Formats: sequence, structure tokens, C-alpha cells
Amino acid sequence: MIELDDFDHALLRQLQRDASQSAGALGREIGMSQPATWRRIRRLQDAGVIKGRRLRLDAEALGFGVTVFLGVKLATKGRVSLEDFERAVSAIPEVQRVEHVLGMYDYRLRVVARDLPDFERVLRRRIMTLPGAGEVEANVLLSEERLAGPIG
Amino acid sequence: MKFILDDMDRRILRQWQADPTLTPSELAERCGITVAKVNRRQLRLQEAGVIKGIEAVIDWAALGFAVEVSLRVTLDKTIPRAFDDFIEAARGVSEVIEIQTFLGRVDVRLSLVARDMPHYQHIYRSSILTLPHIADIEALMMVAQIKSNESLPL
Repeated sequence: MIELDDFDHALLRQLQRDASQSAGALGREIGMSQPATWRRIRRLQDAGVIKGRRLRLDAEALGFGVTVFLGVKLATKGRVSLEDFERAVSAIPEVQRVEHVLGMYDYRLRVVARDLPDFERVLRRRIMTLPGAGEVEANVLLSEERLAGPIG
Repeated sequence: MKFILDDMDRRILRQWQADPTLTPSELAERCGITVAKVNRRQLRLQEAGVIKGIEAVIDWAALGFAVEVSLRVTLDKTIPRAFDDFIEAARGVSEVIEIQTFLGRVDVRLSLVARDMPHYQHIYRSSILTLPHIADIEALMMVAQIKSNESLPL
């Protein structure tokens, strides 16, 4: 397991907020030289702590006004292949996140749509027709915030 | 305040979404246009607020937080400030990485990371069950993330 100090934590918090900053700018924020900052970013990346970068777009400004989280139960457990379900559901462009979970549902999906009629179309034509899809619960997202988490 | 994208904007955003580490010159090559044009369009999209930024995605498991739980919370809505009080208090729990509010059967959902099950149990008892105005909680334990790019279907 990688050992992190306060500088790493500060660096991760900065990168979560804005990963487009240069190593020099990040270094100034956390009080460290540009080369040292760069080496630390490399180390965090190599250790897999930073698993990627995400472009944050304003979904609403781009015409995607509705985000819905779906809890999906598989109808016939044991008889459907999880791989088949996962492959099919991941291929739907409107499905942004697929999580295999343990609890009252088997999968949790994040679905984006232009509006509610568009969501209904995705739900009926693409989600309900998935191999093995059973009961579905929908919750419409009203607000969301991401927090830094347990680093620092 | 909808922003109308043309085909080239869409092409740039599709490529950029797929790999946010691409430089303007790499984007230009993939889109078959000049770097100057990519720069100009990126700037325009940024100024219009369409692009909000680039964020690093942390792998909590690599940091030793092997357990991720989704807590679906129903609040006591007879209390006028239930949502505000609950969310404000939840922000103070450092293991909470995401707070979402919903219209539906679930009111609020918290994403929580923990080192292991004993650690989760500790957080759950000492920091979650003590949050204000909870009527009911259901937990979903994350087994695997199958897809998590959160791309928009442009």
C-alpha cells in the first residue's frame, strides 16, 4: 500500500478540484517546487491512486436535463449471465455508470436523458429489454455534490 | 441557457471526453482540424460554461479504502429543515464522497468509503446513524464498478 503524507493529500484535493493545472501551479498551492510536485503526481498515478481524469461538462447546458438513477433486479438469477447483462447495459450510450451491488438491487445505473419522455424511451426500449432485467426502481436526481473524501 | 453545438464541437467533445488528457494538438489531429481552431472552440465552450473543468478520479481502493457503500436515506419530511440539516451534517463526515438528492422513493443518497467492514461498522454507528432526521436507511454494498466514465451521449 502506498504511504501518503500531507503534501500528497493536499495535491490530491487540488487535482480532484482541477486536474488541468500545471505542476508549477499545483506546487505553488501546496508549497512545493515544480519538479517535486511533478514527481509526486507521477508516483500517485503509477500507484493507481489517480485512476483517470474526467472532463466535467454542464449536462443541462448541452440539453441533457434529466439524470435518473435506476436500481435493477435481475429477474432470473442463475439463468442469466451477468457478463451478458453487463456488456449489454454498458453499451447503452445514455447509461453513464453501471455498478454491480449487493443489497435490494443487483445493479445501480446512472442514466442521462434529454427530458422525461426521452428517459421513458431509453427505459422502455433499451433498459427493460436487457437480458435478465427484472424489477426497476427509478429516482430522479435533483442535486449532487462530490466531496474530497478521507484525504486530509 | 442551452448551448447549441455544431458537428465540430461535438467531435471535439466526444474525443476529449473519451480521453481528457489529450493535448490541443492531439485533439486537432483526431478531429482533422488545426490546433488554432481547437483552441478557439475550447475557449468558447469554456466561456459558455459548457466545460466546467477536468477533475482527477481517485481510486479509493488503491488508498486502502476497500469498502464502498451506497446509503439510501429516507428523511422525516415533517421537519421543515430535514434536507438542509441532514446534508450539512453529512458533509462533516470525512468518509462521505458523494451526496445526491432525489425525487422518488429515496430522498438522499450518500456514497461512503471505509477501510474494511469493522471500519464501516464504526462509521455507520458513530457518524451515520447520528445524522439528523433519518426515517429509514438502506445500504447497497458496491461489488464492482462496471462502467464509470460518465460521458454524455453527444
